[in-house]
Amino acid sequence: MTLNEMTLKIGGEAGMGVESTGMGFAKALTRAGLHVFAMQDYHSRIRGGHNFYQIRISDQDIHSHLEPVDLLLAMTKVAIDEHLREIVPHGGVIYDSSIVVDDAALAERSVQAFPLPLAQIAEEEGGSKIMANTAAIGAAAGVTGLGLERINSVIRDNFTRKGQAVVDANLKVAAAAYRLAEEKYGGAFPFKLEARSAPQRMLISGNEALALGALMGGCNFVAGYPMTPGSPILEWFSVRSADLGIVTKHTEDEIAAINMIIGAAHMGVRAMTTTSGGGFALMVEGLGLAGMLEVPVVVVNVQRPGPATGHATRHEQADLLFMLHAAQGEFPRIILAPGTIEQCFEAGSRAFNLAEKYQCPVLIISDAFLAHSLRALDLNALDLEVPIDRGALLGNAELDALTERYKRFQNRESGISPRALPGHPKAVHAPSSDEHDEYGQICEDAEVRIQQNAKRMRKLETARAEMHAPLQYGHADAELAFVTWGSTVGPLRTAVDMLGGKGKSARVVQISDVWPLPVDKVTAALQGAKKVICVEQNFTGQLATLLRAHADIRVDALIRKYDGRPMSPEYILGQLKGVL
Amino acid sequence: MVDIRDYASPVRPTWCTGCGNFAIWNAVKKALAESDLAPYQVMVVSGIGCGSKLPDYTTVNGLMTLHGRTLAVATGVKLANHGMKVVCTHGDGDGYGEGGNHFISAARRNIGIVDIVQDNRVYGLTKGQYSPTSPQGFVTKTSPQGAIEQQFNPLAMAIAAGATFVSRGWSGDVEHLAWLIKQALAHRGYALVDVLQPCVTFNRGYSYDWTRPRVYSVQDEPDYKVDDKAGAFARSLEWGDRIPIGILYRSEAVPAYEEGIPALAAGPLVNQPLLGKEREYYEALKSEYV
Repeated sequence: MTLNEMTLKIGGEAGMGVESTGMGFAKALTRAGLHVFAMQDYHSRIRGGHNFYQIRISDQDIHSHLEPVDLLLAMTKVAIDEHLREIVPHGGVIYDSSIVVDDAALAERSVQAFPLPLAQIAEEEGGSKIMANTAAIGAAAGVTGLGLERINSVIRDNFTRKGQAVVDANLKVAAAAYRLAEEKYGGAFPFKLEARSAPQRMLISGNEALALGALMGGCNFVAGYPMTPGSPILEWFSVRSADLGIVTKHTEDEIAAINMIIGAAHMGVRAMTTTSGGGFALMVEGLGLAGMLEVPVVVVNVQRPGPATGHATRHEQADLLFMLHAAQGEFPRIILAPGTIEQCFEAGSRAFNLAEKYQCPVLIISDAFLAHSLRALDLNALDLEVPIDRGALLGNAELDALTERYKRFQNRESGISPRALPGHPKAVHAPSSDEHDEYGQICEDAEVRIQQNAKRMRKLETARAEMHAPLQYGHADAELAFVTWGSTVGPLRTAVDMLGGKGKSARVVQISDVWPLPVDKVTAALQGAKKVICVEQNFTGQLATLLRAHADIRVDALIRKYDGRPMSPEYILGQLKGVL
Repeated sequence: MVDIRDYASPVRPTWCTGCGNFAIWNAVKKALAESDLAPYQVMVVSGIGCGSKLPDYTTVNGLMTLHGRTLAVATGVKLANHGMKVVCTHGDGDGYGEGGNHFISAARRNIGIVDIVQDNRVYGLTKGQYSPTSPQGFVTKTSPQGAIEQQFNPLAMAIAAGATFVSRGWSGDVEHLAWLIKQALAHRGYALVDVLQPCVTFNRGYSYDWTRPRVYSVQDEPDYKVDDKAGAFARSLEWGDRIPIGILYRSEAVPAYEEGIPALAAGPLVNQPLLGKEREYYEALKSEYV
């Protein structure tokens, strides 16, 4: 018997409730005190196709999925055909009895068939076939031995708004399916789940953590145009905006979104836009405007595979160099690349302080895998006590005391000019996107161009000093070092743990503060490494290129993937054989 | 009282002698001063083009932004601080060409912005190419056989898109234009002020002498109904020997966009605390995920 170490996969068509069912079960597991990592895979369509939701459960804190599946909850025959090869020997498949299954194929892999009259139970006990998903998670709880009460609490939460009758019907359905599954198949299924006493945990995604972080960082203005997988952040703020007292705007296009946040941030609010690569491409000229006018804006790009429409619902990390170089000319920008849920929160909250301190755009580069994946986190893992630092912002008293005309772009050593918000009688100013003098007036003088361009660029060097060192995992003195960025760190950490299990020492160096690159800190983190392998989800090895160009670090090998599906630890270990 | 000289700046305009922008500039300053608005209470947002340099020559808060993006930036300005008067000054290429989507959106949104479009029907700063409001057949460097597209009708478009203040002035009559801008400043939502303006260098066809005998103010007609949308639309189609100016359409019945945002009922966003709730409120957000 295996206790509290398993992977459950739910597969079905879009519109069947794959995600809500998976989410419900994952929440039940979290409430049972278990560690959970959940991911989803779906097509860019509203109905049909094949989607799945995968939940890994453990007694330990986990950072990624694993490939082998122990229990498959198949809503369609396609789900069985697609995923049978992933199921471990003695693993099982729960499916509705109406689905015709190739028993020989299951037997060949020693996979157990768990047919159950899920739709019938839903109809008889609940009065509607629509509750078949409730029956399915009841059955999953039944074969794994997870207490029925764990499922019931989620059912109550999910259906209370639809009335007590709906809650009661679902509870009846879950109970009936639970009993039948436990009775018929519980004895033969070797993977069991048992509740643990643990501190209260939340099951939260990267997008949600980023939104919460931005909120705690003082974000009170969000504009954006819907684009998967970035729009959930806009939605998160929109549904809460009236209550929170913030402004959100679904704009006419992404160009409007970035220009709107520039206008808003210039007036003194903390403004953000959120999008994916295609939307970011439309924002490029606006990004340069923020650079030139030294307006503190935050831009979130939740990456998906490109170019053009690419894979709308899938995963890639191929926008790093684009974000680094986007827009004509040269200007300072800061790029944060969170790789974990906690880092999403931190990036969201830190971004606004950095933006106002350095008066430049701050770009957060996330990715679809990070955005959609959920992990069970202790409540205190996200510390809401975020300090707010508004940088060199002149207060009313300082403005009242001004004796000379206000210089918005005063030439200072740090490159940071004290900022006055429009609206004070002594600080009337109208800066231009043309090259300008210290007042912001249009100026074509060569000396002024040098002065202002150099002033802006000096901010980058000022900022570099406070960029965080890479995060390190594994054995700090290991000769084998993996360097990575973004959500790839999760599977990579798991892979390094698996190597450790085989007695092989390795470490992970994750670069979360990508730009300005803290070169000395990155070099120090890789000290003593004999072999450096860069692991990233793109074709060309963009982080490797950046390290070579800006830190003179030449990686020994690349492990890449660009099929739209996130790397698994098994994939990384498989590729490692080829490059060692 | 605010004096028009409060808006004076030591910076001299780079516009050509005879350019219509001088009159528009003076009308803007006059209207602002006569509306008792001081330079620090106003944000003049412009784009890129000859006319968009207006804030550079004026002592006023402003932002000179990107070609076509004037209204988008101004919308952010207004939503962040609706306590300030937001005025846009940009050209026809900026407002109706590159910024067309923002024009339609601002109109139907009824955002509280005075949108002054310096409409000279040509691209001046890039030295003479046809613009959206150039007439069919207009020969320029980029339309050597004459413009094939139909002339864009900004007033008809604004009315169709739901604008609540649709007007036209012309740079040959500063008094009327200043009156028009004052009316626009007093309007509740989005106010379009399309200003016919000669480009003395690149569009000599639309000269002062061509325009003066053609324009007439609809306000001079005693029975003109300014709140009749269908009538205003019909009038907006008039172009040629007679060109209507003045306020073609006005409705004060429609709330401005910013009036519909719950957060702004408490005052301008910029004056509100960044985190306005008690600590417990934010901690409770975490429980949504438990």
